[in-house]
This record gives sequence, structure tokens and C-alpha cells, in this order.
Amino acid sequence: MSERIQLNEKIVKGIRFGILSPDEIRKMSVTAIITAEVYDEDGTPIEGSVMDPRLGVIEPGQKCPVCGNVIGNCPGHFGHIELIRPVIHVGFVKHVYDLLRSTCRRCGRVKLHEDEIQKYKKIHEAIKRRWPSAAKRLIDYVKKSSMKAPTCPHCGEKQLKIKLEKPYNFYEERKEGMVRLTPLDIRERLEKIPDSDVELLGYDPKSSRPEWIILTVLPVPPITIRPSIMIESGIRAEDDLTHKLVDIVRINERLKESIDAGAPQLIVEDLWDLLQYHVATYFDNEIPGLPTSKHRSGRPLRTLAQRLKGKEGRFRGNLSGKRVDFSARTVISPDPNISIDEVGVPYDIAQILTVPEKVTKWNLDRLREYVINGPEKWPGANYVVRPDGRRIDLRYVKDRKELASTLAPNFVVERHLINGDVVIFNRQPSLHRISMMGHRVRVLPGRTFRLNLLVCPPYNADFDGDEMNLHVPQSEEAIAETRELMTVHRNILTPRYGGPIIGSAQDYISGAYLLTVKTTLLTESEVQTILGVADISKALGEPAILAPKRLYTGKQILSYFLPEDFNFHGPANISSGVRSCKDEDCAHDSFLVIKQGKLLMGVLDKKALGNQQPESVLHWLVREYSEDYVLWLMDNLFKVFLRFVELHGLTMTLSDVTIPPEASEKIAERAKDARKKVLELIELYKQGKLEPIPGRTMEETLESYILDTLDKLRNEAGEIATAYLDPFNNAYIMARTGARGSVLNITQMAAMLGQQSVRGERIKRGYSDRTLPHFRRGDISPEARGFIYSSFRSGLNPVEMFFHAAGGREGLVDTAVRTSQSGYMQRRLINALSDLRMEYDGTVRTLYGEVIQTIYGGDGVHPMRSAHGKTVDVDRIIERVVGWRR
Amino acid sequence: MRSTSKKVDPRDHVLVPKHEVLPVEEAYKILKELGVGPEQLPWLKASDPVAKVIGAKPGDIVKITRHSPVVGELVVYRYVVSG
Repeated sequence: MSERIQLNEKIVKGIRFGILSPDEIRKMSVTAIITAEVYDEDGTPIEGSVMDPRLGVIEPGQKCPVCGNVIGNCPGHFGHIELIRPVIHVGFVKHVYDLLRSTCRRCGRVKLHEDEIQKYKKIHEAIKRRWPSAAKRLIDYVKKSSMKAPTCPHCGEKQLKIKLEKPYNFYEERKEGMVRLTPLDIRERLEKIPDSDVELLGYDPKSSRPEWIILTVLPVPPITIRPSIMIESGIRAEDDLTHKLVDIVRINERLKESIDAGAPQLIVEDLWDLLQYHVATYFDNEIPGLPTSKHRSGRPLRTLAQRLKGKEGRFRGNLSGKRVDFSARTVISPDPNISIDEVGVPYDIAQILTVPEKVTKWNLDRLREYVINGPEKWPGANYVVRPDGRRIDLRYVKDRKELASTLAPNFVVERHLINGDVVIFNRQPSLHRISMMGHRVRVLPGRTFRLNLLVCPPYNADFDGDEMNLHVPQSEEAIAETRELMTVHRNILTPRYGGPIIGSAQDYISGAYLLTVKTTLLTESEVQTILGVADISKALGEPAILAPKRLYTGKQILSYFLPEDFNFHGPANISSGVRSCKDEDCAHDSFLVIKQGKLLMGVLDKKALGNQQPESVLHWLVREYSEDYVLWLMDNLFKVFLRFVELHGLTMTLSDVTIPPEASEKIAERAKDARKKVLELIELYKQGKLEPIPGRTMEETLESYILDTLDKLRNEAGEIATAYLDPFNNAYIMARTGARGSVLNITQMAAMLGQQSVRGERIKRGYSDRTLPHFRRGDISPEARGFIYSSFRSGLNPVEMFFHAAGGREGLVDTAVRTSQSGYMQRRLINALSDLRMEYDGTVRTLYGEVIQTIYGGDGVHPMRSAHGKTVDVDRIIERVVGWRR
Repeated sequence: MRSTSKKVDPRDHVLVPKHEVLPVEEAYKILKELGVGPEQLPWLKASDPVAKVIGAKPGDIVKITRHSPVVGELVVYRYVVSG
């Protein structure tokens, strides 16, 4: 406090934007810029040039001749250029056009009757404060009707049509033809508009008179805004803006000389035009219809508008995209042994990121220890802040023990990250609120962030080289917010559809299935091994099978983890095709029944515990029991699944997708039939006997029939193959439980790949009338149009391999295109919705109080706190209270 | 060629929800209920095809009754502006 100078703090009440008047520009200027030369022979900047030393300090140690500050403290000062002839400001060309058309060319009044003007003025006065949007519409209306008047109601002058030739030339249609209006003429007209009429046209005459749009004086920004860079060889490279300003000064000078020398009108006008061009490109170098102004090397200059615009511009790049302290980024890797709300942080990172902790008498000893450990040893500290505000960098403290002994309450120690600190963990693209969640720190050896596999879905993370960011909240308030609102276990349900986004995937699901499948019977010691990974203490109870051996079922083990009043029923993921069950007492064990916290029937698989599965066992557990229980369940039960697959063993072999020869023969036979059928269809088409489907051409009809036939063939092949496959081989288990892969993938491996497509059609591109040179022209048989009879197991022939690659490539291109398109859509949506909020009356409104929805979502329901978007799920409540079938 | 003179009533289209102009008293009541001024409601241009057909004039409040898969019947209001 003592060091800092106390300033009179002022509070910003509002911001008003206006146009700088020439007087104002001259007033804020420290010097007029008159010479195009920048440096003299010895390299010092010339006074009165665009690098005039009064415009700001550039060299360290130098004192500003205007304000006396040194580099970094001097904000820089404006200069100005007196333009010999005025030019239009390109940013306001539209306004000039509107103003010229809506005011009289002789008297400058708005071309409406006096009483009308008074009426509109009154209305405008009344509404401009309360309803600015309505005021804007009124002004638009006034402008529009004023533009329509053929003669001025005030002076009776006949109005002429004014045309704007982009980007900045104005013409008037006179009797003698099109006459160009010079900026001088335009300025003259704009000057004539009375203040009261200016107001009715939507401008505030105090801060922006229309004639100020026509520049007579150009402000020259301070050097601090356009610093010159020294290249290693000692050559100065000037900023693009400086180059542009030099151009303007040079042309201005030449224009002045020409006029003074009495040069012909044509030459003066040419130079004037050139001055206009330079001033226009100084503001914006991407004006349509103007050649871009280029650097000597041919690179377009980055002038004022370019500095602000776009992704790397001032707004998106520097203001919304600021870089922050107390953050870290590294590769992520999985760790199933840490809790889902933890994140593994490497020691190297934990020693750099700090948390400020205020010294109290309760933590004094601990913090002393950190200070003694210093910045090199974890857990240590990097800085100590004394009560007088002085920061002590522990890297340069010789005797840290001594410093530690002076530590007293009200000191602040910036200590290393330690286990249990809360941090915000994030993976880009941050499309969700759950792309950023609060985690507890777990400092671990290694160089990667570790995260539990269950939290991969919200971040959409995998471990093929993904990197993630970590931010350390610094204030108590931020820490509390992170802990209370952002922690992982408070974000298990996604606001997108109200289901659990965190849940098991892949081998967790295989494990859950294998554990709960009917054939899993375990001895007491096996049960103990499995439960050993979990933090659970419950009596095992009597095993389900007592003789000849005492054996526990997997379902019993799972039931240990369920709350005693939990009920559920529903089909499992494996309930499909021949193995589907619709009710209890089912031979395939694919109907799940949980009563009073006991898993009685069915297996647990993706439908029960998977991520992004609403109205599943997991969903109801999350909704109906405490967060702590769910956290415990995810940390322990899911580890049990992993332990079980480890013990059981889960792998895939070639024989999992190998079908016996008789099956292959059957498939080949079907293929032959289908091929024959297609050829028949083609023959029918050639004879013109094919009956077209309504609304389609003959060719489209044929294609559609062929596709149907071939699709049927692939399905049949798949059915034959799956009939011969062991339903309990590991690949098939993974597909059925939803752990990984699909039945289609298995049929493609075992039986037949089927039709490859590009753009939803059979492959037809390549050579003229054929896909590859070894087919006849016009051959539209299945094999010539990308149908693959082989399976991955048997291998593809070269032609098939080519078609497969063609189809695969389309997929890759599609994903690349889709991500960029949806990213842009997301950006526009966010910008449109960003400042909407729900008020206490339930309405969704903008910041100006405009109503978007009279009640949020039509029903006022928060999807994250509702049952899968439903206000109430009556069926579930009944089942919970009275049970299913009692 | 489709004739251009033939007028199509947009209300006949399946996707166009029911629009009706609210009588003034009712409009006041609704605005009071919502606690908003008319301009704070979403706007509907008088040149909107449906607005033209139901004869909504600038200053009117139009009540639109939609069907929503989430909440069943959903009533929204629009303030008619010139344009």
C-alpha cells in the first residue's frame, strides 16, 4: 500500500462513441506532421515526421519531451496531418450516402414538412431513452420518407438523384449528365444540415456532426501503437501503419505543391484521388473494389481494420483470447486407480503452479515447512508476500529457515500445488460447460496429466496424444466456486439431455457383463480378491450355491454395491435378435431386474452402466442417491469390473471371426444368387422392361433395386456367419454388450464387407463409364461398382481393396469438413445466445429486457435436474415407491 | 407453369402454427401478466405472410399457439411492427 500512489478512483458510468471533430484532433495533437522524410543521415528521427520524438518514447532510458515519462509509462501522444484537400472516411460512406439523399441539396433540411418534423422529433425525444431499438426504427422511417421527396418542402428546390459508386465516389444526376461530387462539395452540404435535423437523422450533433465524416485533419497515432522493429543487422523495419502514414504525408505534400504551382485541374484531381485512396486503405485495406495497398515485398499491409478484425485481431485474439498465468498444459494419460474427480499432476508442474495461502496460527507450522523447502523441493513455496505487500522470491533467499521463522499471521505464502487442491481441468474444443470441470490434485511422478477413464466422455478425450489444460483458481471465492459448482461428481448428468455423460465404456462394460453373467461362479477367496480393489466393508453373506461347493454368483457381488432400496427393470443391451427378452424369467438372461438392491436377473452392460445412456441403472442411481454415493460407486464398483476382466482375461483371436467352410459355402451360394438377380435386373433394364418407381427415372430405379438386393445379401451373409459363431466368443461379447464394435463389424470381418459407397451411391467415378480400366465400359455389375464379396478374414483382392479405400477416404474428408462447419455454427450460436439469461420470473431475456421466451424452454425445466428432459417421470416414481409388480 | 396470381393461404400449411390477433383488452392483460412492454416481445413484421392474412396491423399483439413435443401446447406472443 505504502509504495503505491493513491489515485482518485473514478468509476466509468458509460461510454459514448462519436466522430472526432477537426478541432478536437488538433487539440489532442502534439505536433503537425509535415514531412515525408522519417530519419536524417545519422538515423535520428526528424521532427515533424511520422516518427517525431514527441509522439512517444521508443528507446529505453529516453524521457518523453511531452510528458516526461520513460518507456512503458509514457502512453504516447497523437499528432495530426492537415489534409490539403478533404477526403471521405471510408467507414462512414454509407452514412454519407444516406445523409445526402435524405437532406435537401440546397438548404440541408430533412425533406419533410415542418409539422411532420416537429411530430417525429417529439416522438423521438420521448422514446430514445426507453426504447432505443424503436427509436432506431423511427429514424429509419424518417430517412426513408425524406429520401422519397422530389422537392424540398422548405425551399422548394428540386431534388436530384444521388448515386454512390463503390467504394467512395458520389455522383449527382444533373441535366448536363452525371456530375461527380467532390468531398469538398459533400462537406459543404453536410455542414448545412441544422443540428436539430441531425438529431432526427440519428446522430448526436454534440459528439458527431455529419461534416466531420469528411476528414480535413487526420490524427496520427502515437509511436507506441506502431513501434519500429530492429532487425539483427541493425536495419530498422517500420510498422505497416507508419508506412501508410508516410504515403499519406507524401501525397499530401505533392498535392500541396501542385496546387501552389497552379498545376492543371486534372493532375490535382488525380493526386486528390490518390490521397483519398491512401487514407481509405489506412483505415481498411480490404475494401471491396479497391486494390489492396501492398508492402514492397508484395505482402498486403495490415492497417487499422485488419488489426481489429478476425481470429488473430484485437478482439478475438487479444481481448477474448488472453493468455493466463497459473495454467499448465501437457499430454494426458489414463489412470484407473485415481478417483474420477482427481487429476494426476506431475511434480514438475506442481512445483511451478502455486496457490496463495494466508498464514494463520493454525497453518503456520505447515507453511513454515513449505518455505523451508523452497522452490526446488516439493511440497514447497515459490513466493512469500509480507503484510506490507512486498513479494519475496524464494529463489533468491539465502537463508529460508530464517525467513520461515519470521512468518506470522497475515503473511501470504504462494505454496506449491499439493494433493487435494482444486483445479480446473479443460480440453479443447470447449463446446460444453463440462469441457471444463473441477478436479482435486493428485501429485504424481511422470510428465503427463493423469485422469480417470470414466471422465473421458465429457471432455471427449482419448490418449492418442491429446493434451489438456489445467488452471489453478487463486482466490478463496474461485476455489469455493470450483469446488461447489464445477467438480466432476456434480456434473455427471449433462444438461444436454439430462442423462449421465460419465459412465463405463469399453472394458468396463465387458467386465460388468462377464461379472454378472449367469455362468460366473466364484469361490470365497476369488470374491475376496475381486473385492480387494474396492473400498467396501460388508458381510459377504451366504453364497448362492452351497453344495457341492460354496460358490458366489457375480450378481451377488454386484448387489453388494447397490443401495438396499433400489429397484429397476428393463432390457439389457444384449437383448436383441434371437436373444431378446421382454419380461422377467427369460432364458437369455437379457432382462434386468433389480429389487431391493439385489440384482436378481439379467446382466449389466452398456444399457445399464454405459456413458451417455439415459434412463439406465446408472442414471437412476445418480438421480436418486447422494453425490458421494455415486462418487464412491464410480471409484469402486468400476474398479471391480476391471479387476474381474483382468482375472478373467479378455482378448480377441482370429478364430473369433473364422466361420466353418460350410458357412462360407452357404454365403458364396447366396452371393451367386444375388449376383444373378442383379444381372437379371440389369438385363431387364436394358430391354426397357423395368417398372420405374414413381418419381424416379429408370436408372434410379435400377440402382435402388440393385442396392436393395446387395444390402439383403450382406445381411443374409451376416446372419449365416453369426449363426455359426460362438455367441460367447470374446469379439461377439464385446459387440453384443456394446463394449466395443458392432455386430456389423463382426459380419464384415467374418462374412462379407458389402457395398462400398461414395456420396451415398455405388462407386461410379474414375474413368469414363467405368471405375477401373479392367472393367468394360458401362459395366454396372456389383463387382464393377464397388461391391466387396470378401471378408476381412479372407482378405480383399486388389480391386476390392481400392474400392474400400475410396469409401474410407470419403469418411475422412467428411469428418474434416464437418468439424470446421459445425465449429463455425457453434461460434455463431454462442455469439447469438451469449448474453441471454433467465430472470427470476422464469422468462428468458436479453440484457435490454427483451423477451425471448416467456418461460424457459416452454416448461421452465432445467434438463440437468430433470429426468431425461421430462418434468416428472411418473413411471419411475411409481416403481421407486411401490416397486415393479410388487 | 405455376400461376403467380393464385394466392396461397400460409395457414393451410402443416408447419404454420395457429396465429390470432389479440383484442386490445386481452393484449393489455397479457402484457401485464408478463410484466413487459409491447416492444420487449419478439417482433413480427406486418409484411409477414401470416400477419397479412390474419390482418395484423402494427401495434397489435399476435398470439401463436404451437405444438411442442416437449411441453405439448405452447403459447407465444409477437408484437407486430411495420415493415
